[in-house]
Amino acid sequence: MSAAPPGEQPRVWPMYRAMVGVGLMCGLLIVGVFQWTGPRIARNRAEALERAIFQVLPAARSSTTFRLVDGERFEPRGEGDAADSLVHAGYDAEGELVGLALEGRGMGYQDVIHVLFGYAFADETVVGIRVLESRETPGLGDRIETDPGFLANFDALDVRLDESGSALAHAIEPVKPGEKTEAWQVDGITGATISSVAIANILDQSAAFWIPRIRARLDDFRGAQP
Amino acid sequence: MSDESVPTPGTDEFVKGLWRENPVFVQVLGMCPALAVSNTARNALAMGLATLFVLVGSNLVVSSLRHFVPRQVRIATYILVIATFVTVVDYAIQAISLDLHKALGAFISLIVVNCLILGRAEAFASRNHVGTALLDALGMGTGFVLALLSLGAVREILGSGSLFGVPLFHEGFQGWVVMILPAGGFFTLAGWLLLFNWLRERRATRLAALEPVGATGGGR
Amino acid sequence: MSGEPLWAIFVNASLINNFVLAYFLGLCPFLGVSGKLATASRMGGAVTFVMLVSSVCAFGIQRALVAIDAPYLRLISFIAVIASTVQLVEMFVKKVSPELFRQLGIFLPLITTNCAILGLALFQTNKGYDFVECLVYALGAGAGFTLALVLMAGLREKLELASLPDVVRGAALSLVLAGILSITFMGFAGLGS
Repeated sequence: MSAAPPGEQPRVWPMYRAMVGVGLMCGLLIVGVFQWTGPRIARNRAEALERAIFQVLPAARSSTTFRLVDGERFEPRGEGDAADSLVHAGYDAEGELVGLALEGRGMGYQDVIHVLFGYAFADETVVGIRVLESRETPGLGDRIETDPGFLANFDALDVRLDESGSALAHAIEPVKPGEKTEAWQVDGITGATISSVAIANILDQSAAFWIPRIRARLDDFRGAQP
Repeated sequence: MSDESVPTPGTDEFVKGLWRENPVFVQVLGMCPALAVSNTARNALAMGLATLFVLVGSNLVVSSLRHFVPRQVRIATYILVIATFVTVVDYAIQAISLDLHKALGAFISLIVVNCLILGRAEAFASRNHVGTALLDALGMGTGFVLALLSLGAVREILGSGSLFGVPLFHEGFQGWVVMILPAGGFFTLAGWLLLFNWLRERRATRLAALEPVGATGGGR
Repeated sequence: MSGEPLWAIFVNASLINNFVLAYFLGLCPFLGVSGKLATASRMGGAVTFVMLVSSVCAFGIQRALVAIDAPYLRLISFIAVIASTVQLVEMFVKKVSPELFRQLGIFLPLITTNCAILGLALFQTNKGYDFVECLVYALGAGAGFTLALVLMAGLREKLELASLPDVVRGAALSLVLAGILSITFMGFAGLGS
């Protein structure tokens, strides 16, 4: 085709040829790389998730991810299910259920904060928290991830249900720094008030949604340990 | 700008990107990633290397296809090629380290619209041999890496008192938070640009003083 | 789908996380075009318009890619569709309103390579917004871009009259200004919560 005469019509063919040829090449390259890295990326993701789960549920040794079906039942997650409405159940070395890792998200100071927290079902407390995603101000708001005093709030945060079993007995309540007197209160951080209050509210919303549903269907998790 | 007959074309194509035509400090191109992810030296280095890879890959492909692609669809094919390489880099980084991928975020994908890459493909690779294009891409890419690294290093040292995560100062060091914030990126880049402007101006005055008859060899 | 109220999305995109001043997106036109107040506001309008259009397109593409399970084609299809959308918009505006075309015309090609547009498409996908939220997000991002551009142009028009050494003129000075604006915009943080 190098001898194409300089007219209007014959020039169309090289254009198609180039576009289709380059497109084909690019497509092959992308699909090839995707196939090649795919398993590795999936493994990285699973490992990262597992690390986070074990951090918020220190007693857990293995985990399985469940999804909420029809707003009431829990089923082990199949391949390729949508990523929302998931909970992660953690089991100890004997395969006994120790608790669940729950997700929550909400608006912080700068942007949306996404957290994972551990719910120990035996004593009905939150036992650990990890910020998965935040853009809080470095040095101020991001102390929600590092401040030891703040993180100590979540060593045993009371999230018992009331008698009806459909709501928390006490809503998780943010208080001013150093004024925590009850087990369901969250001490704020001086200089990062909005971020720490945001965390308490995110936890409260997520706990109020998930915990009644989970306690109503605890057997869904027990039967399915890996 | 066609094939120039420089005595040592190879070294010049490579070296010009490092300093004389440095993409960030002199041409002021590709600033979006340069500022967005340069809050630590590690992120800056990763971003620079990713850009270097895309630049080399796309320059090679564009240069070897330069007789095959008609003029009318040139830009479209270039964008296609660049987007392909960026997707490849995106998956490669995810496979290497998810944490790094999270730190760089959407800015890896945004390499596609880095004017530096399309600019080199259009202005250089489409008119030169594969070897020359490769050297050009390597030089420009390395210049970009160096620029990002110098931004990232300054911001990390001043902002968190460390370099590549290694603490440099004693315990009580209070970082300048502003350097890690977006504003710090603007200020640091402005500082480097000032330095480069000043160096160039000084060199120009010196050359003018040396050769009052008309300086032909002055830098651009 | 994300659970944020719409006004919070708008405030978030336009003020708190301003595309130019917090994400550094669209810096090229920001530094290149923002010399004159009139041009800056028109450019802002054009970008907002293209953002709205490409946000809708990106939303559709994302749905389609999820349906055929081909996430690896996302970037290529986004950039291809944005580039061709801008072309289409250009032709459409030229046909329908030559007057508007004369005002926007020179900016449209510039917008194709504007990272703010692609950034918008990527961010809205990452955040998992639904259709209405996408529209609000695009509107907010466009408003924020215009605001930053107009503020910058105003400052630079004043600076034209100041006497400055040659070394600081140009990009370096604009960057310092942008940095100060960026600090100012940090004051908006916390509005959305």
